Amino acid sequence: MSQPAGHRDEGLIQLIDPSGRRTPNEELDPWVTDVDVDALRGLHTDMVAIRRIDQEGTALQRQGELALWPPLLGQEAAQIGAGRALEDDDFIFPSYRETGLAYCRGVDAEDTLRVWRGNAYSGWDPFGKNMATPQIIIGAQTLHAAGYAMGIKYDGGSQAAITFFGDGATSQGDVNEAMVFAASYQAPVVFFCQNNHWAISEPVELQSNTHIADRPVGFGIPSLRVDGNDVLACLAATRIALDRARTGNGPTFIEAVTYRMGPHTTADDPTRYRDANELDLWAAKDPIERLEKHLAGLGLDTAELQAGAAVVADAVAEKLRKAIIGLQDPQPMDVFENVYSQPHATLDRQREHYALYQQQFADAGSATEGGAR
Amino acid sequence: MSALTFGKALNAGLRHSMEADSKVVLMGEDIGKLGGVFRITDGLQKDFGQHRVIDTPLAESGIVGTAVGMAYRGFRPVVEIQFDGFVYPAFDQIVSQVAKLHYRTHGQVSMPLTIRIPFGGGIGSPEHHSESPEAYFAHTAGLRVVSPSNPQDAYVMLQQAIACNDPVVFFEPKRRYHERGEVDLDGGMAGPDLGSAVIRRRGTDVTLVAYGALVKTALDAATAAEDDGISIEVIDLRSLSPVDYATVEASVKRTGRLVVTHEAAQTLGLGAEIAASITERCFYHLEHAPVRVTGFDIPYPYSKLEMHHLPDLDRILDGVDRAMDRPNSLSSLEG
Repeated sequence: MSQPAGHRDEGLIQLIDPSGRRTPNEELDPWVTDVDVDALRGLHTDMVAIRRIDQEGTALQRQGELALWPPLLGQEAAQIGAGRALEDDDFIFPSYRETGLAYCRGVDAEDTLRVWRGNAYSGWDPFGKNMATPQIIIGAQTLHAAGYAMGIKYDGGSQAAITFFGDGATSQGDVNEAMVFAASYQAPVVFFCQNNHWAISEPVELQSNTHIADRPVGFGIPSLRVDGNDVLACLAATRIALDRARTGNGPTFIEAVTYRMGPHTTADDPTRYRDANELDLWAAKDPIERLEKHLAGLGLDTAELQAGAAVVADAVAEKLRKAIIGLQDPQPMDVFENVYSQPHATLDRQREHYALYQQQFADAGSATEGGAR
Repeated sequence: MSALTFGKALNAGLRHSMEADSKVVLMGEDIGKLGGVFRITDGLQKDFGQHRVIDTPLAESGIVGTAVGMAYRGFRPVVEIQFDGFVYPAFDQIVSQVAKLHYRTHGQVSMPLTIRIPFGGGIGSPEHHSESPEAYFAHTAGLRVVSPSNPQDAYVMLQQAIACNDPVVFFEPKRRYHERGEVDLDGGMAGPDLGSAVIRRRGTDVTLVAYGALVKTALDAATAAEDDGISIEVIDLRSLSPVDYATVEASVKRTGRLVVTHEAAQTLGLGAEIAASITERCFYHLEHAPVRVTGFDIPYPYSKLEMHHLPDLDRILDGVDRAMDRPNSLSSLEG
């Protein structure tokens, strides 16, 4: 009888350790031979930029400019490593925390954030960016990725689909069903799980009695369990998975072991359920500092590196703040838009009635400067 | 009597039920240490232990499905669905299992589940956090569906729901969680029957039926209408399945006019059913066709638009004006 492996610590694939030292790995090394100092510097700038967008998100929420914000703090390496492994025409099905993936796809930060202001449900055209808009229903997007990948296979495409979700999502039926479909049809899809250890207040141990990466194997899907705070390892693992997808070898599952340094959202208070010591442990594994140490070892001046990244991050942040604060509210009649692609008689009547209702206020306002009553 | 928030009243109701019956167990996401995202179960795991306040994996179908199994085993599970829009993965378990097991087993298996769902909008939430799915459940035979509107009812009705041997879907108007009211903590579950409506305000000109969060809005509308010389009788429906038609019918026979309001979409909503049933019962007493003031037939909109979707005081009064044949938004369409 085989036994569940539990949450042991061995088996985490890593290329750069927390001290910044490059650690060899036979499986991953061949996939990052092209990543030179300039490329590493680019990954560093990306991580700094998305951390800055994230900080702006939290600040704008505190200032009342956003209704809510789901921080990605601590997960920069997982998102940038995966994001920079993708080709432009690979299709991304994200959850709501994938600010870094949107950044990699060239989505303006303000378009990511305005959804959280309540100005829209969708900040970009999924087909313009080859990225679906953020999914709030936990795990639902994984089935969409499996289906998209089935489509790629059946229409002869050369792309891959990739879906992002958290450790909590792996408990959902949808995610398990997505693995069943992906395996049965050998669909070119990558399941990228950011195990950030917490589903709001629930630790990953409540979701899984074994490593999450052990589960897909039971579905017939090979998996990689990588250090999610190691951007180079995340890049390599995603490249491996994408290559398998493109060469007809079907789905791959990546568990990127990382940590949600912030709250679940700005509405959450993690001090109620988790130990501050745990934060200290993970702060020592910070993805950005780790890469800075690594680059310092390669001879780069850290202050100069940080200053260069800050120029990019400052520019993104300034544009973002201006755009968000300057956003116009939607118009009342927008409430009826896009429910259907063609006229719908019942809704058309409701729209007509609401226009008449609104007109009363306009009439009353022009007549008396008061309300309708 | 104690002044409690709606949320604290629910907490007190849960505590009382758990003290009264050791088979009452709570199940849901984040309900333990965190006390739920709305803190409704705050402190209960600490006091009753992890076997009675069970933090579940993140899987709504799993929560309800395992609650069915717990009920088979003799427990009385109280399930928390974190937000209205998250109940749909559990819909299969609720509709095909929870609702039908008593019927399927010729009464041998009862399903004394309570499924608590914070529902409705008005708090500026992201997508899937502001829905009003009550009609799906009211449409499903085998389920009782209720929604309290104030702290006292929250306290009493939750205990009644838990004590009920039928499954009860318990809709909590989340935008009222922080509102305060007097609660008789010593009264236990004594109060009007779980299935009964209550007249909250007497009036003579028109009957206004509301439930959940809109009861307060309806009462505010009735106060505002006084200035225009209109006397509105406000009925707090409380139970959506069954509907207490006797109370609504008696009221409409006095007033001759009916307005129903809810946040949920109009088509096939509670308003449609109540309008049809009251028309059948009171046809010769009605001075005007029943009027519905509801959310539109749209997906719940992003939060900057929600005030246009949700019935508010002005929209309810516009509906009252229609029922009263007074000038209103649709006047230009008449004649």
